[in-house]
Amino acid sequence: MFRFIARRLLETIPVLFIIVTATFFMVRFVPGGPFDGEKATTPEIRHNLEAYYGLNLPLHQQYLNYLDRVVLHGDLGRSTKYASRTVNEIIADKLPASVELGLLSLTVALVLGLAAGILAAVKRNTFLDYAASAFAMTGICVPTFVLGPLLVLVFAIHLGWFSASGWYGWTDRVLPSLTLGVVYAAYVARLTRGGMLEVLNQDYIRTARAKGASELRVIFRHALRGGLLPVVSFLGPATAGILTGSFVIETIFQIPGLGREFVNSAFNRDYTLVLGTVILYAVLIVGLNLVVDVVQVWLNPKLKFE
Amino acid sequence: MRRLLGFLSVLLCLSAFSGCGPRETAVARGDREQVLHRGMGPDLADLDPALATGTSDYTVLSALFEGLVAEDPKTLAPVPGVAESWEVSPDHLTYTFHLRANARWSNGEAVTARDFLASWRRVLTPALAADNASLLYIVQGAEAFHKGQSADFSQVGFSAPDDRTVRITLEHPAAYFLSLLQHWVWWPVHLPTLEKYGSAFERGNRWGRPETFVGNGPFTLKSWRSGQLLVAEKSATYWDAANVRLQAVHFYPIEDVGAEERAFRGGQLHLTEALPIAKIDAYRKDQPQLLRIDPYLGTYFYRINVTRPFLNERKVRRALALAVDRDNLVGRVLRGGQLPAYAFTPPGTGGYTPEARLGTDFAEARRLLAEAGYPGGKGAPVVELLLNTSENHRLIAEALQEMWRRELGLEVRLVNMEGKSALVARRMGEFQLMRSSWIGDYADPASFLSVWAGDSGNNYTGWSNPAYDQLLYQAARTEDPDARRQLFQKAEALLVDEAPFIPLYYYTHVFLIRPSVKGWYPTLLDHHPYKHVWLEAP
Repeated sequence: MFRFIARRLLETIPVLFIIVTATFFMVRFVPGGPFDGEKATTPEIRHNLEAYYGLNLPLHQQYLNYLDRVVLHGDLGRSTKYASRTVNEIIADKLPASVELGLLSLTVALVLGLAAGILAAVKRNTFLDYAASAFAMTGICVPTFVLGPLLVLVFAIHLGWFSASGWYGWTDRVLPSLTLGVVYAAYVARLTRGGMLEVLNQDYIRTARAKGASELRVIFRHALRGGLLPVVSFLGPATAGILTGSFVIETIFQIPGLGREFVNSAFNRDYTLVLGTVILYAVLIVGLNLVVDVVQVWLNPKLKFE
Repeated sequence: MRRLLGFLSVLLCLSAFSGCGPRETAVARGDREQVLHRGMGPDLADLDPALATGTSDYTVLSALFEGLVAEDPKTLAPVPGVAESWEVSPDHLTYTFHLRANARWSNGEAVTARDFLASWRRVLTPALAADNASLLYIVQGAEAFHKGQSADFSQVGFSAPDDRTVRITLEHPAAYFLSLLQHWVWWPVHLPTLEKYGSAFERGNRWGRPETFVGNGPFTLKSWRSGQLLVAEKSATYWDAANVRLQAVHFYPIEDVGAEERAFRGGQLHLTEALPIAKIDAYRKDQPQLLRIDPYLGTYFYRINVTRPFLNERKVRRALALAVDRDNLVGRVLRGGQLPAYAFTPPGTGGYTPEARLGTDFAEARRLLAEAGYPGGKGAPVVELLLNTSENHRLIAEALQEMWRRELGLEVRLVNMEGKSALVARRMGEFQLMRSSWIGDYADPASFLSVWAGDSGNNYTGWSNPAYDQLLYQAARTEDPDARRQLFQKAEALLVDEAPFIPLYYYTHVFLIRPSVKGWYPTLLDHHPYKHVWLEAP
């Protein structure tokens, strides 16, 4: 297993290198720069700004300087939008809120999704199955930018239980996590139901029942492990999606997370911040996929660390 | 069903923990404690007046800093700030400001003339690359120093005969100089603090954090969580602290106007920065007491690239401008109380209202187009209108597209571009018509009409006229207000006659405000000095 993990980690180096290089040049070839604004700056001011950020150097030189800073010093550079902050500081400041939102949403997704999926599979073709499937379809179809404001209208404005926006106390975590979690819960429910149905028809389940195992034991001890495989494959990209796709939720609920910075940095042409966030998300996605692969082998005896 | 009940019961449990039932809102608590909660639009980039660029920067910085002159809360006329009085020399070139003895920084030190000089030197230092440095070019020698043509700051028209006297010598008389001084780029910073946290004359200094911040305004920085909340609390060292009634101002950076409106409804905000267009009618009908529509010093217009064939003909440009039904546009499409624009400078800017008009006259527009050789639009090329992507811009453009098709027989194609890409197209002159707007930096016609000067970096249309430039030059050097206004009238008449632009409407500021907020007067620049604001629970 360690060889497998070590090999996969080594493989990520060229992947990250390609991502950084492609992003570096793509963002430069997009029209417009960080200092283009509605009101013009004088050529002198523009020249001074470019000199300060090293944007007056030839592009290949800027690229080499950037690689040198990132690889040797772990320095992601200065933000052009936030004059007194570095990209490292911005990420350290904003990432925790995004991670917290992501983990809470993932918990909501797993708790709701697994419960609904297992229930639907076990009580196949009953009212419960139809209700869970309807929940799943609704969750998949209703976008977060509709669900979020709806929850706010009901629970924050009419009932006054929660704040409409902000990220201060733990009550402020409820509505955003539900909004983002429900969408993924819907997918988890569908995948769990499908996976469980397939496993419940297998011979070894019949054997377990024949040996007199209780229904609960059959479901949780024997069926769930196999039934979860599709969910686990989905969770890797889903977790990455939850982390990177929280932009809408962060905007709707005014959460000081990295998702908002990620999107805005592209609009602002804040080159270093774009690159910093892309590198971070790339590392997260590669890392999560590796975790998923390891968990899959652990769950599925047919797979090996090859 | 059981699952649904389970879901609801989870929510009920959560609410039980949170105290079950409506809690006291931030607004109600704020009313009691004199704490103002306001939405501020996009997040603030920096707390440094020399580097601030946006209106949301002003929203916060005006609480934390004060310049030589401050603003009257109703008229924005210059009133004593850090300077308790000032004199102007007979030739209107030299301004002498006398600083108050009790003006203090938030760390208790006196605000001195040297602080102002050091701050201005900092703004003009090329390495700092301050965006608004050119606003100081009115001062003798400032432009040469900033452009590196002179390294001797003593040649710049700033001097401090003693600790409490600041003298500024201008390049030429400028009637609007005191208004210009209200711009944040003129506000002082505490250099000794900056020097503790890096070079004071380069970017990237870390002094603007709650633990290191020093300001001289009626409020000082208490905490700042970027993207979430900035708290400014009343400064005990401010010279006029006895008359500051608010105990604190909480600024919320909420970019999404829908989210801001929901936060307002949820009792989290006393006032919003904006309101979605779609909500204006509902508030007007159901809760007019919460809706405010104030005039705002800005013009929405289309630039015309006069270097392009067809659009290089004055008659064609005038025809396009005359064939716009602005009343319809403002009343049916925008619905935010905007004023139809018939010239470039908004009416009432520094006591000036343009007399020249590009009104609505379809018959005249058709006649002009026919005279130019395109009767009923025959033989005219397709005109491209460049927009930066936005639902509102598109709605307006579609209305105009239809007006021009119907009244002039012209075909206009809309081209959408992402914001920064559109700015590059503008810089490169790669457009025919382009959606534009201009917000005045200070309440004076010069802030608007200088856009169209031949050497202006903001012109972009390729249009220039030496007679127009000459009129602006004269106006800049004319001290008599009436004579100066006459020169602006002539300049604006010339501009309107040649029509390198199509004026559409003058902005309004549409926002929500609780009745408990007092002292929040409608002002053209949307400035509201917080020291004059207070809360009074209804």
